[in-house]
Amino acid sequence: MQTFWKKLLPLALLLSLSGCGYNAFQSLDEEAKASWAEVLNQYQRRADLVPNLVETVKGYAAHEQEVLTDVANARSKVGSMQVTPELLNDPEAFAKFQAAQGQLTGALSRLMAVAENYPNLKADQGFRDLQAQLEGTENRVTVARNRYIETIKEFNIAVRSFPNNLTAMMFGYKTKPSFTVENEKAISVTPKVDFGGDKK
Amino acid sequence: MFFKLKASLYALCVMLLLATNMAHAELVAIPNLKTRVTDLTQTLSAEQQGHLEAKLAAFEQKKGSQIAVFILPSTQPEDIAQYAIRVAEQWKIGREKVDDGLIVLIAKDDRKIRIEVGYGLEGAIPDLTAKRVINEIISPKFKQGDYFGGLDAGLDKLIGLVDGEPLPAPGSAAASGKDLFELLPLFFIGAFVGGMILRGMFGTFFGSTLNGGLIGALVWIFGAALGTVALVAIFAFIFTLAMGGRGINGYGGMPMGGGGWSGGGNSNSWGGGGGGDFGGGGASGDW
Repeated sequence: MQTFWKKLLPLALLLSLSGCGYNAFQSLDEEAKASWAEVLNQYQRRADLVPNLVETVKGYAAHEQEVLTDVANARSKVGSMQVTPELLNDPEAFAKFQAAQGQLTGALSRLMAVAENYPNLKADQGFRDLQAQLEGTENRVTVARNRYIETIKEFNIAVRSFPNNLTAMMFGYKTKPSFTVENEKAISVTPKVDFGGDKK
Repeated sequence: MFFKLKASLYALCVMLLLATNMAHAELVAIPNLKTRVTDLTQTLSAEQQGHLEAKLAAFEQKKGSQIAVFILPSTQPEDIAQYAIRVAEQWKIGREKVDDGLIVLIAKDDRKIRIEVGYGLEGAIPDLTAKRVINEIISPKFKQGDYFGGLDAGLDKLIGLVDGEPLPAPGSAAASGKDLFELLPLFFIGAFVGGMILRGMFGTFFGSTLNGGLIGALVWIFGAALGTVALVAIFAFIFTLAMGGRGINGYGGMPMGGGGWSGGGNSNSWGGGGGGDFGGGGASGDW
């Protein structure tokens, strides 16, 4: 019977490990990565739209140098960032990434506000198409961010609550950073990018 | 001192919680999905509603994609896009994994239109196309007060776009064997306990063989492929054989209470949203 119990022990440990959230961490961690990838994906999509947008606006409002440079600068800053999945576990880098994206958000909404003053630009089909695409992308960014926040909430709750926190400690799982309120404010202003470009 | 701090912190938390709850309470509630065309404003006559309903039902039958229309007075304080994604998340229009759902949302008093496009249809209906359907087809008719005409023409266009997209044929749902892995610990315990009992009753070798066979059969019942069944059975056999000890004598058997899954019965009418996902694709417009 002695050997029998000795063999039982690893099995019991294995089962208790899954009971203490080890498996939950695995799946939540993957979920967090997936939803983060979606956020990145949508931000990338937005960044890809910027050069075209800048070119189009330049065609009608070349002397709006300040706003155009702002957008270009913010765009290149976002583009030069090293974005790795590890960013998720580094709150500082995460904050930097957020700041850069927030800056682009602000610059873009200023650009769209300026565009309001140019009836010819507003009537340009290319510009209107880009506007629709930008609007859609901003909306997707918002959705992706909200889903990321939800996933991270779940993950962080799992990491912190007992007895999972013991397992988390053992395997080095830490809470992940989420989007802060300031960012949220910057973002929730963006849907205003659509200044009713279609109101004739 | 410490206690006081803790108490005030607690009070703060409660207050914050209340505040967030209140903020939520102000949002416009989303009705349950009962029909493809939901009109809370009585804009459409029963006949018009029936016409749209029939059109969308026929299309779902033919193509598998689900399209829903929802007319409500206002989405304030939320933006129509924010409200639309909440509707999409609750209704889950479109087939699971195919994500071929489409929601046309009209906020009548806000004079806003939104076409929310499921993940699977973002190729067939890019944001730009959705925007054009709103601006060029729906909006002009709405401006003349012809809500039914705008919706009818808009839906025709959208149906045409989705129809051109190669999607899986309707009714071809693939079963998933995902549940099996979640039951793995149970099989372990089953193999273990069963092994002890059977060895006690039939001796080491026959008990092990029996246990292997039983576990294999169990896994098979849960829908595993035959290869997996064989592997699991062999594993259970070796496991029982190697368990050591004499096992437990004199156990006649153990009543195994099987937990049953109650299948969700489909009502006679429409089954509702099929589990489609949305990612915020589509466009908004006004009239």
